[in-house]
Amino acid sequence: MFGNLTNFEGSLFDDLWRMQREMDEAFTRWPWPTGIRSVARGTYPPLNVGVTPEKADVYLFVAGMDPKALDLSIQRNLLTISGERKVPEREGVQYYREERFDGPFRRVVTLPDDVDPETVEATYTDGVLHVSVQRREATRPRQIEIK
Amino acid sequence: MTEKSDVTARGAGEAKDRDDARPVLRPPVNIFEDPHGITLEADMPGVSKDRLNLQVDKDTLVVEGDAKIDMPAGMEALYADVRVTHYRRSFTLSGELEPDKIEASLKDGVLTVRIPKRAELRPRKIEVRAG
Repeated sequence: MFGNLTNFEGSLFDDLWRMQREMDEAFTRWPWPTGIRSVARGTYPPLNVGVTPEKADVYLFVAGMDPKALDLSIQRNLLTISGERKVPEREGVQYYREERFDGPFRRVVTLPDDVDPETVEATYTDGVLHVSVQRREATRPRQIEIK
Repeated sequence: MTEKSDVTARGAGEAKDRDDARPVLRPPVNIFEDPHGITLEADMPGVSKDRLNLQVDKDTLVVEGDAKIDMPAGMEALYADVRVTHYRRSFTLSGELEPDKIEASLKDGVLTVRIPKRAELRPRKIEVRAG
């Protein structure tokens, strides 16, 4: 906790480490209960879901996509992401390995009940689709001031 | 011919990772060969150019990268397929390939590595003249 106080140098490398550690920590806690709409592990594309009191964030690991080929829709708190990944098939070559996913995909994510579907935002960077939805104000924990 | 297929078969057979302590993600790859060289494509979503590390040590090609994900502070995970952010995979190259002339590009999290064959070892078509 006090690690930050001693980190005066703040080198880029430290930052990278910190970020990675935070992410690793955030995503390595499990098991989570299995959602009724959940799918088997290994389904393409892999995704992570995280929440803060303000918003819910979904990260889809879909490298090499044309963002236009991604179809996103949200109905209440149900986010559906579908699309098709086309890995070009080369002519006149010999394949040794074909592990990269090719074809249509679809994943449905159940977000917290209090998300506001009007506030969805999506960005695609370095092959990661980041979908962010705000949660409604009323359900956020409030700091109560003592007078 | 046997050497070639052997290498590629073995190539994807992963040289042993040295730092076993750190969990790694194995990026899925496509590997194919044409008369002039071998191409490797790897899915490494979240990796940008400055976090990618491509190394050739003697006959071993190491592909490494760190995924960066833009996360808000204090985020609590609800679900995660991806629990590690470090990608790593290594391949053994064969003698007819030219490690010095490897070219690589990264776009939208897909790494493409082109390993050309030595010119003198490319298959030549032998023309049969009529006469």
